[in-house]
Amino acid sequence: MTETSTRTPRRSLGGQRRVSEKLILVSLFVCGAISIATTIGIIYELGKESLLFFQDPQVSFWEYITGTIWQPQAGSFGIWPLILGTMLITVIALTVAIPIGLASAIYLSEYASPRVRGFFKPALEVLVGIPTVVFGFFAVTFMTPILRDIFGADVVGFFNVLSAGIVVGILIIPLVSSLSEDALSAVPDSLRQAAYGLGASKLEVSLRVVVPAALSGIAAGIVIAMSRAVGETMVVTLASGAAPRNFVLGQDPWSYILSPFEFGQAMTGYIVITASGDLSYNTIDYNSIFAIGLTLFLMTLGLNSLSRRIVDRYRQEYE
Amino acid sequence: MTHETQAPVTKQEEPATKVDETTAEGMPAPEAPGVIQTVGMDIYYGDFKAVHDVSLNFAFNEISALIGPSGCGKSTVLRSLNRMNDLIPTARTDGEVFYHGENIYGEGVDAVEVRRRIGMVFQKPNPFPKTIYQNILWGAKINGFKGSKSDADALVQDALEQAALWEEVKDKVNESGLSLSGGQQQRLCIARAIATKPDVVLMDEPCSALDPIATLRIEELMLQLKENYSIIIVTHNMQQAARVSDKTAFFNVELNTKGQRTGELVEFSPTEKLFTSPDRKETEDYITGRFG
Ligand SMILES: Nc1ncnc2c1ncn2[C@@H]1O[C@H](COP(=O)(O)OP(=O)(O)O)[C@@H](O)[C@H]1O
Ligand SMILES: [Mg+2]
Repeated sequence: MTETSTRTPRRSLGGQRRVSEKLILVSLFVCGAISIATTIGIIYELGKESLLFFQDPQVSFWEYITGTIWQPQAGSFGIWPLILGTMLITVIALTVAIPIGLASAIYLSEYASPRVRGFFKPALEVLVGIPTVVFGFFAVTFMTPILRDIFGADVVGFFNVLSAGIVVGILIIPLVSSLSEDALSAVPDSLRQAAYGLGASKLEVSLRVVVPAALSGIAAGIVIAMSRAVGETMVVTLASGAAPRNFVLGQDPWSYILSPFEFGQAMTGYIVITASGDLSYNTIDYNSIFAIGLTLFLMTLGLNSLSRRIVDRYRQEYE
Repeated sequence: MTHETQAPVTKQEEPATKVDETTAEGMPAPEAPGVIQTVGMDIYYGDFKAVHDVSLNFAFNEISALIGPSGCGKSTVLRSLNRMNDLIPTARTDGEVFYHGENIYGEGVDAVEVRRRIGMVFQKPNPFPKTIYQNILWGAKINGFKGSKSDADALVQDALEQAALWEEVKDKVNESGLSLSGGQQQRLCIARAIATKPDVVLMDEPCSALDPIATLRIEELMLQLKENYSIIIVTHNMQQAARVSDKTAFFNVELNTKGQRTGELVEFSPTEKLFTSPDRKETEDYITGRFG
């Protein structure tokens, strides 16, 4: 018996390995499919509920995309006050985050010793781990009082977009910093050597060779940070007020419309406040948050594909 | 040819002395101080002594080659001639390096100023991801160039002509430097280096990433450039040293008492002599391939 089996060693041509490989492939496919299906489901749900919103006789699509008054109680559904809130906060946030984030990225990538870097990077990452509601309280109980001290309590409202914007800016500094640092570190050392060889100082090498060479990566990082700011919720809900900054073009001065010191609910803030209120399914208020959600989704989608486009260009540069 | 810099390093517009043809041919006449002179140079990386006691005199308007087995410290010596080694935190150079008679490691000398006068070309072509035009102008701008557009055009054309690249790129100076072939990129790097008007150009194995035809073009270029520049080139290719250089320095590695491999200068002679009748047995072993 044993003799026969040793004389004719049969090797299976089918092979176990291929079966298990197929299994892995299938499960990977399923995982991928689930995430795609989820995205499609979200879009479908947003679209369906939005459609209900726009079908309501009180709502006109034209008014929605052009109106500057958002007052559901009065039947006014113009999205611009909410977009205004979001945009003001985002612009302020980027004004804070870009210089600080970029400077710390340049410092970490070009100047810091490994020891300093080993301390700074985790410290920045801790900032990422803090729940955003904490930042929200930080804005209300710390930033707002300071701003009111500086500019005067009669100028700065208790709810204001400046406080929210600054704190959202602080929130996204680590994002700007770490994405920019990745882009800076990816610049080949040979370029630095070339610049030093031409008699450049360290600052000239950093600002006139490394940063320009990393510019598209940095820009992509900024766009991602921007979409993070647009989507940020807790800080803006707590600090920028629970009412949209309605305005009438030509009547309200720009100094009011664009003021950083006034309240101004953001899109995300409106969604949270409305969704957490007691409203029933299929009321117009309830449906409106889906329309706003869809608008927000399209905005961040646009930003993210913009950043992807920038990154693609960046890839070509080093080929 | 103007440098409006109040730098501690003094730049002479014309080479002070030109080595007489006959002495260059090999008669070991009393050496006139060359453009760069090292005296008892020891170079360390941390505790590791990479190079021991190097004294060399690089003559004006000659091509000097540094050869020797890998790891013997050729690049280390080269980088210490324009203080590029300062960029390596652990590196330390003892001894003296005179450039036009001034010790570049002396007190108050700014390494950045030194590098503006002594250009460098690297092993792998490393143009900036900018246009050809911007690549050339970059170093000049860093060095305080504030000329008009036509001055800039003239500077770019002159540098590209000197680097024998102008004919090939004159219609596309606004294209990326990275769009060029490897050999063209290396000539672009040479053009970029000479656009800052150095009088010495250091080259660290400038052809090792290039094909034989591109290599020959660079070698021809070096022979042209030596009219106006003093060139010091590291090469692992003995034929190359024999083809282009006037003098050759042979380095070897010695195992020291601590078991470290320290590089030493064995012989610095006119190239023809070094390859035909070297003074030292070690040199002969190396050039005849009996090295082991
Ligand atoms: N940045 C550095 N840090 C530490 N050691 C180095 C560094 N660069 C070179 N060395 C060492 O110095 C010696 C000489 O190196 P190098 O000058 O590159 O030799 P070569 O160019 O002749 O091949 C080698 O032993 C090498 O390992
Ligand atoms: Mg080397």
